[in-house]
Amino acid sequence: MFNLFLLQLLNGAQFGILLFLVAAGLTLVFGIMDFINLAHGVLYMVGGYVMAMMMGMTGNFWLSLAMVLPMTLAVGLVLELLVFRRLYDRSHLDQVLATFGLVLVLSELVRILWGSAPLSVAMPEVLAGSVPLAGPMRYPVYRLAVIGTGLAVALSLWFVIARTRVGMLLRAGAANRAMVSALGADINRLFMLVFAAGAMLAGFAGAIVSPILSVDPGMGDGILILTFVVIVIGGVGSVKGAFCAALLVGIVDTLGRMFGPIILRTMMDPAAAAQAGRTIAPMLVYILMAAVLFWRPAGLFGRAVAR
Amino acid sequence: MTDLTQTLAPARPGLAGRLRLALCIFAVLAVVPPLAHALDEPFLIVVATRMMVFAIAALSLDLILGYGAMVSFGHAAYLGLGAYAVAILSRAGIDDLVLQLLAAMAASAVFATVTGAISLRTRGVYFIMITLAFGQMAFFFFVSFSTLGGDDGVALAARSTVLGMPLLQDAPGMFYATLALLVAVFAGLYRLTLSRFGRVLTGTRESALRMQAMGFRPFPYQLTAYVIAGCLCSVAGVMLANQAIYVSPAYMSWHRSGEMMVMLVLGGVGSLTGAMAGALVTIALEEGLARLSEHWRLGFGLILVGVALFSPGGLSGLLRRVGLVRDAK
Repeated sequence: MFNLFLLQLLNGAQFGILLFLVAAGLTLVFGIMDFINLAHGVLYMVGGYVMAMMMGMTGNFWLSLAMVLPMTLAVGLVLELLVFRRLYDRSHLDQVLATFGLVLVLSELVRILWGSAPLSVAMPEVLAGSVPLAGPMRYPVYRLAVIGTGLAVALSLWFVIARTRVGMLLRAGAANRAMVSALGADINRLFMLVFAAGAMLAGFAGAIVSPILSVDPGMGDGILILTFVVIVIGGVGSVKGAFCAALLVGIVDTLGRMFGPIILRTMMDPAAAAQAGRTIAPMLVYILMAAVLFWRPAGLFGRAVAR
Repeated sequence: MTDLTQTLAPARPGLAGRLRLALCIFAVLAVVPPLAHALDEPFLIVVATRMMVFAIAALSLDLILGYGAMVSFGHAAYLGLGAYAVAILSRAGIDDLVLQLLAAMAASAVFATVTGAISLRTRGVYFIMITLAFGQMAFFFFVSFSTLGGDDGVALAARSTVLGMPLLQDAPGMFYATLALLVAVFAGLYRLTLSRFGRVLTGTRESALRMQAMGFRPFPYQLTAYVIAGCLCSVAGVMLANQAIYVSPAYMSWHRSGEMMVMLVLGGVGSLTGAMAGALVTIALEEGLARLSEHWRLGFGLILVGVALFSPGGLSGLLRRVGLVRDAK
């Protein structure tokens, strides 16, 4: 039982790390520009597809992964230039309309280019094995590598945000955009940078997850909504909050699906427990989010700002 | 300042304009079934019925989003609650539309009161996201509801009866019943938004602080509006289930909620007529483009992006700029 718990805990952490990679860029876009971007999940999907395409062309995992970064960065920059830049000063509703349209456009483009069938990406041989976990259980190296990579990204993000000039402007921008702008910082260029970097991180997440999950046109949708949950639980604009909330959501979701029915079985008869478990497990993260917002309306690490 | 005086000024000249436009839409809709018969295109009646169902849903969303500035991203939950009320009641042998409507509205009222009271603790982006969370909860509840088909949904045995009469059995009957409900919902909301209640709600949209200074507590007004909107949207859900003779959790996915917001923004927020027109245009576009190409979403998405970028205020904004409608807001 303990081994199973450990295994699921690692799976949850790995899922949480992925959520964090997607959420990190989005929470800054949300926080600094007060901008609702529904198209962020699509960038995650684009990352997966670019990875699959590069793997098909080169056959080399590391080369493909290295190519994904500039390409998703470019996609982010193009989108920012063509669409997002014109929407900063508009209402949330116009932003929803435009980015919802972008979701449709980009998902359909992906369908036209690569078809609707899921694509798979081969795992690099170095990371294909598994290592012994407690007892007879083994854990795939690749998933551990994903966790390690995510932690490294989180650490470097923390460094950029807490220790550099750009990071200082970001923190200031999240707190009071107008003031930063009045003090002479080019807030629009800053946002372009944040947006492109966020797109790159989301694309990177899509690329590294592609050997574990398959790449399909619907992959962006599911992660988008969970990313919103992460951002709101963590507090809009807070990367630290996003990190904690992503791990929390990843672990709660994974453990809930596994252990929810087991715990319920101690309280009611097995058939009812199975049904109730199936019903409650996917709702858990949303219940968590509603509960967090009930007690802390601005999220765990968010500042209560009057908007 | 001008906003406030405009909003609170009684009997604006623009009101007549949007009312006239709405009446025109109703008149055009009323002749769709005979026209479809004349053209030998019975499919048109089905499409037009769907258009009106979503017009009811968009109208209900306009009350909270347009007049109350409560951007709900979980409104499709009520569409689903209405549809599942039909599925559950018809399984229990209750086929009457009136009873189903009452049950759907009661269920929605309960759900909206609880979730609305919690959601209204938050503001701005957080409100959008918490309503999304509640919508997703409802979605996943019905996805795992295996006795009602779960993910696959469930087909209904037949359409509902109205007070024992099989009014909805043929396409024109279904059409005119939906039209009647649409007119009723529009008229009700039109009256409501002009009433004292509506003015307090609009005032809160413009500035909650000023309304509080004038002695109004926004919360009960906002919550009441939230509950009314949920109930009205479940009416659309009941009709949607009857139109498709099929119910599935897909009715309440976040895509639907997003689509409903899109209809509203496309048509223009806070004028009721805009919401209705937006819904009609959205469904017509979807159906029309889907017949042209299987990749219709590409074109549809481009249109949405284009409207957002180049036509603030949606269709009403466009009409106003062209000069067809004066002060449609």
